[in-house]
Amino acid sequence: MLNFSKINILSIYLIFFLISIFSVLNLQDQDNLIIDKKVNLGLDLQGGSYLLLEINSDSLVEEKLQSKVIPLKKIFKDNEFNYSDFKINKNFITLKIDNIENFEFIFFSKKNNPVNPYIDNYRSFELDYEELENNYIKISFSKFGLLTINNSALKQSIEIVRRRIDDVGTKEPTILQRGEKRILVELPGLKDPERIKNLLGKTAQLNFRLVSENSEFGIDELISDTGEKLKISKRIVMSGENLIDAQPSIQNQQNEPTVSFTLDRLGAQKFGRATTDNVGKRLAIVLDGNIISAPNINEPITSGNGMISGNFTFQEATDLALLLRSGALPTPLNVVEERSVGPDLGEDSIKSGVTSLIVGFILVILFMFYKYKIFGLVANTALVANLLMLVGFLTILEATLTLPGIAGIILTVGMAVDANVLIFERIKEELKTEKSIIHAFDTGYSKAKITVLDANITTLIAAIILFAFGSGPVKGFAITLGIGIITTLFTAYFLARHLSSIIVLRNSNKEINI
Amino acid sequence: MIKDINFVSKFKKANIASISIFILSIIFIFFKGLNYGIDFKGGTLIELRTETTIEASSIRDSLNSMNLGDVNVKNFGKDGDYLIKVEQKDTNNNLIPRIKETLSSNLNTEVDFRRVENVGPKVSAELLESSIIAISLALAAMLFYIWVRFEWQFSVGSIIALFHDVVITLGIFSILSLEINLSIIAAVLTIVGYSMNDTVVIYDRIRENLFKYTKISISDIANLSINETLSRTIITSVTTLLALVSIYILGGEILRGFSFAMILGVLIGTYSSIFVASPILKFFKVSYKTLEKNEEKIVP
Repeated sequence: MLNFSKINILSIYLIFFLISIFSVLNLQDQDNLIIDKKVNLGLDLQGGSYLLLEINSDSLVEEKLQSKVIPLKKIFKDNEFNYSDFKINKNFITLKIDNIENFEFIFFSKKNNPVNPYIDNYRSFELDYEELENNYIKISFSKFGLLTINNSALKQSIEIVRRRIDDVGTKEPTILQRGEKRILVELPGLKDPERIKNLLGKTAQLNFRLVSENSEFGIDELISDTGEKLKISKRIVMSGENLIDAQPSIQNQQNEPTVSFTLDRLGAQKFGRATTDNVGKRLAIVLDGNIISAPNINEPITSGNGMISGNFTFQEATDLALLLRSGALPTPLNVVEERSVGPDLGEDSIKSGVTSLIVGFILVILFMFYKYKIFGLVANTALVANLLMLVGFLTILEATLTLPGIAGIILTVGMAVDANVLIFERIKEELKTEKSIIHAFDTGYSKAKITVLDANITTLIAAIILFAFGSGPVKGFAITLGIGIITTLFTAYFLARHLSSIIVLRNSNKEINI
Repeated sequence: MIKDINFVSKFKKANIASISIFILSIIFIFFKGLNYGIDFKGGTLIELRTETTIEASSIRDSLNSMNLGDVNVKNFGKDGDYLIKVEQKDTNNNLIPRIKETLSSNLNTEVDFRRVENVGPKVSAELLESSIIAISLALAAMLFYIWVRFEWQFSVGSIIALFHDVVITLGIFSILSLEINLSIIAAVLTIVGYSMNDTVVIYDRIRENLFKYTKISISDIANLSINETLSRTIITSVTTLLALVSIYILGGEILRGFSFAMILGVLIGTYSSIFVASPILKFFKVSYKTLEKNEEKIVP
């Protein structure tokens, strides 16, 4: 175990050098990277926000089911199918039918079925039914139908969340899908998480509706910005979909912040027609069910440009413009998990993390030197090499370093010496019975090998499971712990062994104390 | 270091102690329960810093006036740093600015929110579930690994030792009402790895000695093996503890719970590999014959 061929030695130091050299990259100037590889700091160290958003598709399901009602009745009529007692509930429809086979034939027809389309990827229809008592059946979305609705809503939401966040101009945001209903958002260096949360929390469904006492479409009673109760028609004159741009602006006369918008051609036509026909009436601007304002239509607006006022501050006008530009979310988003760290706490955490790392490191080094003298130096050299390689590895992987990750490094420092301790203790035992030092080292290394492997693999298992199940900071801990084990095995078994061999072979005639 | 301590003679006393502490821990975990943090219970956590030092009670009073449900306020590290925990039932997106406003106006001082964590009830339930799965999976993986590398008796012995460590660590957290959060789970998993590590070292030696001295009883083999590996056990515990104590003292308030759990775990894990894992081999009357039955498994 003490004989190394030249190629062995060369490859050991080459591997060590190639990996640890990457750790140097972290000393680069942040704004002037020569090689764009470095350890990323986790949100807990550099400050920022982690948000987990969940779409709430209940209203979407309800809406979608509503839209099925007329086509469903139509195909029943077309097929001369008899039914009665048709009732729509929140997420299901009940009706009474006479002939279930006939119903199935119509309901599950693969061809030309606008009501209940067949979803190829899932091999399932969008809707499903179950039989109730007394010839009643209950129609609702199938599992995969719901999945499809959720999926498309989620995809659309991610797109809009991305637009909104990009518009705010945060650096390097991460926006990812998580499961069927969630979006993960990471915003490093964010100072004001509340503003982003506000922006993401609004669906921003904008529509223009006329204020009127009675309407054939029905009436909603909403409270306006000035506190008056207004009756507005359910008919939507124009919605936010027709907006192509929105910008905050200052209205010169009153110096009041407003939002000016530009409509697409269709929107301009609709808006022009509605404003021409209803001069003198009031037009309510409704955002997410709240009236922003309800100005009088003084003259037809046919240019396709308009303005929204509503006692905004400039910030509010800016945010509203941003929301309108980015489009409406298909469903409301709820923040189901939030973790935000201010930048100064992040700095404090780095400081205390690094301090405890240095102190722990020095303590371990002193202890090892005290315990093993010259071989303590060998173990300590291995330890330094270990740290360099660990950081090098993290750099190569561009891993994220979190506060628990730093703890993982410190723990690696404490546990890394274990491999060398196991070996040295074994050699000590061998020295009791073995006269030749070289021989004692040789058997010591080979006998300790299996124990060292066994012992480290168990910790590696724990690290892998932590990585698979942990979230955010804990994952960072698992990464450093896991990589630490690999670098520990390498440094103990190759680097430290080679260093020991040099010492042993040079002093083979003298007494060696370990 | 030459040691010849008769560990086996102390097995009985140690086992009685272990079993009673184990049962006590279970009683505490079941009846007093664990003090779950917001990660597992849901709610809002705010770490804040104020310009001028104020009484924690005045923060509490001011929060109580907002009717947020159960509110917990404590000093957190330095003067002027506080940790607030709010058990909040509804998911109100405006809660945090409202708290900030109320505190700023009631306390007449600049309030800086350094850290905000908010976990909804659904997510916290999922986090708890995945933590339990992770710990169970880790235990199962260890069981399997040892079963592959050793014999089933060793596997059972090590898993009982691990169980002992995890339950007693959690028991102490329950007794001291310390908070269980995600980083404590990470600590527990690391303890599992560390304790296993310690046990494997002793088991490896026991296996080796069983082959070497086929005539000696398992008690003496265990004793010999523990003694032979004792200095390694101590040295590694010391270096690991040196690193952990340094995190505990200097690593800041956030890592304190984590490092405390780890320190406990290292102490308990070291103890258990000697006084729990080894007696079980004795209990199963393991001998070199047990090993020979499955010779193909043995790596020299």
